[in-house]
Amino acid sequence: MTMLEVTDLSVSFRTQAGTVRAVDKMNFSVAPGQTLAIVGESGSGKSQTVMAAMGLLANNGEVEGSVKFDGRELIGMKSGDLNKIRGQDMAMIFQDPMTSLNPYLRVEDQMVEVLMFHKNMKRKEAIDRSEEMLKTVHLPDPRRILRRYPHELSGGQRQRVMIAMALLCDPKVLIADEPTTALDVTVQAQMLKLFAELTDKFNTALIIITHDLGVVAGLADEMMVMYAGRVVEKGSVDELFYDPRHPYTFGLLHSTPHVQQGRDRLAPIKGLPPNLTNLPPGCAFNPRCAFRFDRCVKERPALIVREHNRLSACFYEGEMTEHDMEEDLVHDREKDVAAT
Amino acid sequence: MLKYILKRLGIAIPTLLILIVFSFVLMRVAPGGPFSSERPLPPQVLANVNAKFGLDQPWHIQLWEYLVGIITRFDFGPSFAYTDRTVNDIIMQGFPVTLTYGAWAFVLAVLIGCALGIAAAVRHNTWLDYLAVGTSIGAQVLPNFVMAPLLVIVFTLWLGWLPGGGWRGGQWPYVIMPVIALGTSYMASIARITRSSMLEVLSSNFIRTARAKGMPATHVIVRHALKPALMPLLSYLGPAFVGMVTGSVIIDVFFSTGGIGQLFTNSAFNRDYSVIMGITILLGALTISFNLLVDILYAWIDPRIRY
Ligand SMILES: Nc1ncnc2c1ncn2[C@@H]1O[C@H](COP(=O)(O)OP(=O)(O)OP(=O)(O)O)[C@@H](O)[C@H]1O
Ligand SMILES: [Mg+2]
Repeated sequence: MTMLEVTDLSVSFRTQAGTVRAVDKMNFSVAPGQTLAIVGESGSGKSQTVMAAMGLLANNGEVEGSVKFDGRELIGMKSGDLNKIRGQDMAMIFQDPMTSLNPYLRVEDQMVEVLMFHKNMKRKEAIDRSEEMLKTVHLPDPRRILRRYPHELSGGQRQRVMIAMALLCDPKVLIADEPTTALDVTVQAQMLKLFAELTDKFNTALIIITHDLGVVAGLADEMMVMYAGRVVEKGSVDELFYDPRHPYTFGLLHSTPHVQQGRDRLAPIKGLPPNLTNLPPGCAFNPRCAFRFDRCVKERPALIVREHNRLSACFYEGEMTEHDMEEDLVHDREKDVAAT
Repeated sequence: MLKYILKRLGIAIPTLLILIVFSFVLMRVAPGGPFSSERPLPPQVLANVNAKFGLDQPWHIQLWEYLVGIITRFDFGPSFAYTDRTVNDIIMQGFPVTLTYGAWAFVLAVLIGCALGIAAAVRHNTWLDYLAVGTSIGAQVLPNFVMAPLLVIVFTLWLGWLPGGGWRGGQWPYVIMPVIALGTSYMASIARITRSSMLEVLSSNFIRTARAKGMPATHVIVRHALKPALMPLLSYLGPAFVGMVTGSVIIDVFFSTGGIGQLFTNSAFNRDYSVIMGITILLGALTISFNLLVDILYAWIDPRIRY
């Protein structure tokens, strides 16, 4: 049983420089009580994927494909029907807590409207429920926070208000876009615990976008790695962490301090993510790949099933070791490829 | 809040005083006087006239008396051109006229301009948006000295619906054309400002949050977008209101409404210094008051502005 099912979802934006395909043919689903983590570098299309699913793309954006919530197609749904699902059954925590709250309205007004609209609550009742929810996200003195304007709160407080706001109606699907970036370690741990409780006790389906592989390890069941708008690898967290099959996943894991302990130094992935308007031929990752060979430049690897329920998009079949990530080696390979 | 208002008043009042002194000095240093004409008056007559208006006194005494008159009695002194009338009489004759058609023009310009701007932004890149943009550009390129004759040609000469000029105590057939001629270009500016700021607000993150919460489109616009979208308009409206209620020379002259714009030009031709100064000070006082009002409204609407 799946709560949210995304099929062949693509997002393109019209810009002066032409059409940018920010998300290309994404497929994923989340079941109740399950957590899917989306990881990938900045600009890889993580946020736009979930925005498209929620019907929140910018004006110049266009969406293709299908997003089914509990069996109902959301793409092209009448806005009145969509608005009954958004905020109630499907809620989202936004990436940027500093600008995602309305600066002209008190926290209280921004929270109660959710309950008044979806649950037909009276204002008084809605305030009590909002206060409770602020307590749930460990905000001290919630009465006072409710009376505040967003600019009177710290970044971490605002982020927790965002989290509380998303949880008001006990959503069936919760999408959290880097929900803990503005939080200190202790509060971050509290929030992660809260998310874990939601999936365990209330059977919420959770999609979490994060750069922090520690969060992925602690929270997620499944993990999806994005690069330049496409999924390059997808599978259970355990499998991907201990046996990555895509060099990009491998690189991400080896540039993260938490994951492998006792390492004396980190090996960040060399180079920069590609420009979406001008993707390199073949595999989009090839210019930065330590394992590329001539096929990678000529042909784009498809996302194929490797083993049961495990997908990756790479031609390389051999072993990957840290040693391969060393800079000079990458350099040598680059020369080899250039020579062929 | 009160402290903030008092603080702003503390700046506004000295500003106004400086304006009075400055215009007084300018009038005195300008060459020629109210009684210098092509045919010079006999010296004895001139001395008498000067004595009557206090012009024989040292200028600092004149200034002092002038200030005291304004502050204690709200009295701008006698007119230099019409011996039996005071400046207050003359202004009170013209100002209500301009205030009437100016205020109507303001109200209509704001209502229509905002509605047009908001509709265009909400229906961005649809025929409604293009229509609104087209209308406001059209209105903007028609300055009031083109609008006024056009209106008269259409509504007076062709259709014969409205009188071509006059005021008659502000009966509505006489008010309509001045209101349209004055208000149209303001309406266009208001529509343009509202549209662009509404577009900006609608693409901001907090609007996306409101939509993600499942709020209906009208609620998103009215409750979440309206206040921030109207902020940039507010600073335009202060000076615009003053500009409108003090009228326009062109409209007063073209429609013979007898408004304050007409008084101002007449007084300039007559070298009626005291009336010119009276009108200048009135304009200054209005400008300062409305800027103050705008600042207070800003602080009241935007919680981030601290007093
Ligand atoms: N309105 C838009 N018009 C044009 N391009 C856009 C628009 N919104 C996003 N993009 C582009 O889409 C791509 C994907 O953006 P997205 O926000 O999904 O990245 P992300 O993976 O969430 O990155 P980050 O980790 O920094 O949040 C980026 O290259 C971005 O420039
Ligand atoms: Mg993002």
